[in-house]
Amino acid sequence: MAEPSSIDLATEICGIGLDGPVLNGSGTFDALAARKVFGDALIEDFPFDCYVSKTITMNPRPGNPPYRLWETPSGMINSIGLPGPGLEGFLARDLDGLAEFGVPLIVSVMADQVEDFEVLVARVAARDEVAGIELNVSCPNVHSGLIVGEQPSETEALMKALRPITEKPLVVKLTPNVANPHEVAVAAEAGGADAVSMINTVKAAAIDPTVNRAWLGAGAGGLSGPAVRPIALAQVRAVAEAVTIPVIGMGGITDSESALEFILAGARVVAVGTENFRDPRAGNAVKDGLPAALRRRGFASLAEAQSATLG
Amino acid sequence: MPAEAGGRPDRVQAPFGRRLCEVIESRAAGGYRIFTLADQTGPPPAPGQFFMLAASPDWSGEGGRPYLPRAISHARVSEHVKGGLRLDFLIDEVGPGTSRLARMKPGDGCWVAGPFGGRFSLPKQLNSKAAGAILVGGGIGIAPMAVLRRELVDRGIPSRTLLGFRDQQHSGGIDELFGCEETRLAYEDGSSGHKGYVTDLLLQLLEGDDSGSAAVYSCGPPAMLEAVRQICLERGLPVELALESPMACGYGACFGCAVPKAEGGYMRLCIDGPVVRGDEIASAMAGEPAVG
Ligand SMILES: Cc1cc2nc3c(=O)[nH]c(=O)nc-3n(C[C@H](O)[C@H](O)[C@H](O)COP(=O)(O)OP(=O)(O)OC[C@H]3O[C@@H](n4cnc5c(N)ncnc54)[C@H](O)[C@@H]3O)c2cc1C
Ligand SMILES: Cc1cc2nc3c(=O)[nH]c(=O)nc-3n(C[C@H](O)[C@H](O)[C@H](O)COP(=O)(O)O)c2cc1C
Ligand code: FES
Repeated sequence: MAEPSSIDLATEICGIGLDGPVLNGSGTFDALAARKVFGDALIEDFPFDCYVSKTITMNPRPGNPPYRLWETPSGMINSIGLPGPGLEGFLARDLDGLAEFGVPLIVSVMADQVEDFEVLVARVAARDEVAGIELNVSCPNVHSGLIVGEQPSETEALMKALRPITEKPLVVKLTPNVANPHEVAVAAEAGGADAVSMINTVKAAAIDPTVNRAWLGAGAGGLSGPAVRPIALAQVRAVAEAVTIPVIGMGGITDSESALEFILAGARVVAVGTENFRDPRAGNAVKDGLPAALRRRGFASLAEAQSATLG
Repeated sequence: MPAEAGGRPDRVQAPFGRRLCEVIESRAAGGYRIFTLADQTGPPPAPGQFFMLAASPDWSGEGGRPYLPRAISHARVSEHVKGGLRLDFLIDEVGPGTSRLARMKPGDGCWVAGPFGGRFSLPKQLNSKAAGAILVGGGIGIAPMAVLRRELVDRGIPSRTLLGFRDQQHSGGIDELFGCEETRLAYEDGSSGHKGYVTDLLLQLLEGDDSGSAAVYSCGPPAMLEAVRQICLERGLPVELALESPMACGYGACFGCAVPKAEGGYMRLCIDGPVVRGDEIASAMAGEPAVG
C-alpha cells in the first residue's frame, strides 16, 4: 500500500500549472503584511499553491468605517470595503513583492464601469508576474445600478468586453446572493470566462448588542466561514454541473476533509479564506492533510477525486 | 510609515503559524484572572505586543462562539517553565472568548499565534530630553503597562506608575504584576487609593517640576486613553497609547481592525499598532462607530 505522501497533488487551473489545489480566497491573506510579521519562513513554506491578491480598484480606497467585523456562530461578517493602494500603487509597490513567493499569481480586480474594468485588466495582464485575473463582479454598475454578478446578461456583456483584451485566464468570482448562480456561471462561460470562483460572502447584517443601531460601520456586510459551507457546496455542485469551465471552490473550508468535499461537489481546486485568520498556516494544513483525506475516501490520486461524480 | 507598508520596523517577528502551548496555571486575581502558558517556540515578546489566543479543545461554546481567536496582551514574561517562556495573561471576562480562556485548566492546550504588533518606544526615542516615563493604566489595560514597567526597571530608566479602576470587581493583578514597585491607585468608587479618575493623578503629577521631561505611556478604556492623550498633547508631552479594536487575525490578513488616522484614512491596528503615538490618531475613541 502506497504511503499517503506518495499521492501527487499537482494539478492545473485554466492552463496554470500548480503544485497542489490550494489557493487563498481574495482578501483573506495579505502575503506582504504576513511576510513582515513572520519573516522569510513565509516564503520557505508558503501556504498556497497559487496566490490571489486582494481586490484592486482603479483608485486608492480607504475602506469602510469601523466596525468592520462581527463574529457569528461558526463564522464572521465583514464589511471591509476594499481598502487598497489603487491600480498604480499596486503595480508600482506590491506586485514585485508578491512575485517573490514563487507561486503563480492571480490578481483580483473590481470596477463600477466597464471602461475601468478594461483598463484594470489591460494594465494587470501586461505584467509578466501575473498568471491570471479574477473579476470581482459583486459591485453595482454605475450606469445600470445593477450588481453585475447578479445579472446573467450584465456578466456576459462584461466578459465579452474584456475577453479580447488578454489571452491570460479570466476568472469570474460569483456571488452567492442570487437565486440561481448557475445561470450567471453559464453567462460568464458564454462571454468567454476561463473559470469561475465561488462563493463570495453571503449578504448579512448584525445589530449592536447595546445600542439600537447596525453594528457594522457600513450597515451590512458578508458572511463567511464554516457557517456558509453548506450553501457553498450546493452552489458549487449546481454550477459545476452547468458549465464546462473549471470551478474554484471556497466557502468555509477549514481542513483537508472540507476541501475534498468541494472537489467532490465539482470544484477543480479550492481556496481557503476565513480559516487563515484562525491559523496563519491553514493553507499548509489543508494541503498536508489532502493525501490522507483522498486515501480515506478511496482515491489513488487527486485527479480521480476531481473527476469523480457524486452518487 | 505608510499603512500599506504594514508594520513597525522594531517588531519581534512571530514564528509562522500557530502553536499549541500548555496551560501551567490559572488563578483568580481580584475581579480578573491570570493564566500562565509555557511557550516552547516563541521569541520573548516586547512590551506592547500581543498574541492571538484560542483554547483547545472546545473553542466554540454554546451558540457557536467564540469562533475567532482573541487578541490578548501578555502581562508578564519570564524564563523558563517547561523548557520554554513563561507567559502570564490578565483576563477580564466580558464575553464568550475571554470566559473560555479564563476557564482553561492546568494541562489544557491553548493555541497561540504571535507575538504580533509593534512595541512601545523607549522614552528617549520619543523625546531625546525625556528623563523618564509615566505609565497610566486603566482596568485590564494595566497588563501591557506591567510589561513596559519591568523593561524600564531592567534598563534603569526611571518611571512612575498610575493605575485606575472602576471598583474592586473591575480590578486585579496589581500586587502580582507590579509587586512592591511603587504604584499610585485611583478607584472611581473610592474603595481604595484616590477616589476618582487616574487622570486626576496624572494631572497632579504633571504639576511637579521634573515631569515636563517625561514620556507618557497608556493603556485602558478608550475614554481614559482620550483624556490622557488630550492632557499630553496640550502640554507638548510625547505619549504612546496601546489601543484596542476588534481583530480577526492579528497579522494584517483581514483588514478588520481599522482605526482612523489623524491624517485621514485608516491604519490596521494589528500591524501598524497596537501602540500608536498620540498625534497619529484623531481620537482614541474614533475606532468606535459614531453614535447617531
Ligand atoms: C491588542 C489587544 C490586546 C488586548 N489585551 C487584552 C488583555 O490583555 N486582557 C483582556 O482581558 N482583554 C484584552 N483585549 C480585549 C479582548 O481581546 C476582548 O475583550 C475580547 O476579544 C472579547 O471577546 P469575548 O468573546 O470575551 O467578548 P465579546 O462577546 O466579543 O464582547 C466584547 C465586546 O465586543 C462586542 N461584541 C459583542 N458581540 C460581538 C460579536 N458577535 N462580534 C464582534 N463583537 C461583538 C461588544 O461590544 C462587546 O462588549 C485586547 C484587545 C486587543 C485588540
Ligand atoms: C475579511 C474578508 C475580506 C474579503 N475580501 C475579498 C476581496 O477583496 N475580494 C473578493 O473577491 N473576495 C473577498 N472576500 C471573500 C473571500 O475571498 C471568500 O470568497 C469568502 O470569504 C468565502 O470563503 P471562506 O468562507 O473560506 O472565507 C473576503 C472575505 C473576507 C472574510
Ligand atoms: S486583525 Fe486582521 S488585519 Fe488586523
